[in-house]
Amino acid sequence: MKMLINVPETVVADALHGMAAAHPELTVDVENRVIVRRDAPVAGKVALVSGGGSGHEPLHGGFVGPGMLSAACPGEVFTSPVPDQMVRAAAAVDSGAGVLFIVKNYTGDVLNFDMAAELAEDEGIQIAKVLINDDVAVTDSLYTAGRRGTGATLFVEKIAGAAAEEGQPLERVEALARQVNENSRSFGVALTACTTPAKGSPTFDLPAGELELGVGIHGEPGRERRAMMTSGEIADFAIHAILDDMTPRNPVLLLVNGMGATPLLELYGFNAEVHRLLAQRGVVVARTLVGNYVTSLDMAGASVTLCQVDEELLRLWDAPVKTPGLRWGV
Amino acid sequence: MLDADFFRRWMTATAASVDREADRLTALDSPIGDADHGSNLRRGFTAVNAALEKEAPETPGAVLVLAGRQLISTVGGASGPLYGTLLRRTGKALGDAAEVDEERLAEALRAGVDAVMQLGGAAPGDKTMIDALVPAVDALPDGFGAARAAAEQGAEATTPLQARKGRASYLGERSIGHQDPGATSAALLIAALADTGADAGGE
Repeated sequence: MKMLINVPETVVADALHGMAAAHPELTVDVENRVIVRRDAPVAGKVALVSGGGSGHEPLHGGFVGPGMLSAACPGEVFTSPVPDQMVRAAAAVDSGAGVLFIVKNYTGDVLNFDMAAELAEDEGIQIAKVLINDDVAVTDSLYTAGRRGTGATLFVEKIAGAAAEEGQPLERVEALARQVNENSRSFGVALTACTTPAKGSPTFDLPAGELELGVGIHGEPGRERRAMMTSGEIADFAIHAILDDMTPRNPVLLLVNGMGATPLLELYGFNAEVHRLLAQRGVVVARTLVGNYVTSLDMAGASVTLCQVDEELLRLWDAPVKTPGLRWGV
Repeated sequence: MLDADFFRRWMTATAASVDREADRLTALDSPIGDADHGSNLRRGFTAVNAALEKEAPETPGAVLVLAGRQLISTVGGASGPLYGTLLRRTGKALGDAAEVDEERLAEALRAGVDAVMQLGGAAPGDKTMIDALVPAVDALPDGFGAARAAAEQGAEATTPLQARKGRASYLGERSIGHQDPGATSAALLIAALADTGADAGGE
């Protein structure tokens, strides 16, 4: 497998050096693995800290900046960051108004953020946490670690980030984050497995003529495997899975997300199918975002996330944002 | 009696074993996890070695607490908090005694394993590191060699199980037929303890 890297051990550090060079508006602490918006801490503003394994770029470092995250902690590839990073990030961005940890539901992320919250509170920082678990492919939480956090993470970071930017208090920012998560559902499809630098070969075996339905964002296999389908058939499966789990009464935000190796030509085509199916089901799409936002290294495939929004959530979604990975209104 | 030096050598032996077996652990983690268990643990135990060389704690408890803290600070994922908690809580249970006997170690390790079960919410049979650690702790009163055999059997016995915790749980029935990487690395930790005991003329 050919990769544009030096050695697997320095992949994350090398990427952070490059990110720092491209984005002088961020403070990138390569040694301690923390990315912070340069003007933090912002007086009176609730701070948002997220993080997770690397390999999902632009999530999360690419969403640091005015209107979204205050700081992000990148772990090793597909490995959650460690509590030291999160405590350091919280200390760097806390203005005294408190910090919201945005945590995707994976065992490692949950355990490390829990430990970090305890340590940060010992240092006098007020911490609130929101757990993202939007993935409808995981149906049985009694015998699994529960629904995974995927595309909804972007909606939560953007909407809660806008509320924090307005100066809303921690309690309110946390409640909004929870509301967005509860209103969001995702489903992912892989056309190929991904390759982690540490392993150097695909993480699971997916024959050329087959696809994996219900994948997560770590190259973990999904709910079931089938013979390759058309874009329309895949969209039909994904929309079915999502709408079996939610009945939107309001307009929705739609994220058609690429897994890293699927070009926009295909993603836009897929988006057309998704819009067609949603219109058939009477679901009104208020805003659409198409592109690679929550990726899985070089995996080919896509995920669909819907978030039911009211007027306030839509207003916060439309609010200005200025980050490397998401930017509008500024 | 086991002194701080014994515990330091146990950690060094674990680091060497994890380093040797890292590729196998990562290969086991590939079909049911995300293919990084070996490289993550190697990074952690390399840091443990470096910390122990720098600080040289004077009691068995302090060696394990320091090792656990290093794992939490460097491993990430679920393995960092879980292995870190195992060693920290075992070390804390040993208190500040300069030397401990095997019986005391067995009790402390049970406290460590209980803390891991509480943190991760896993029980025996969930296809996790617990499936190697619980039998090992049960066998420890019969000697380090018995603990090693029990841990290895426990790890092998995870193969036909369906995972209910961690990332492998998302595979449902497809997790069956693969040995759990966490139980495998836990067996390495216990094997390193047995090797250290044998070198010390124990058994």
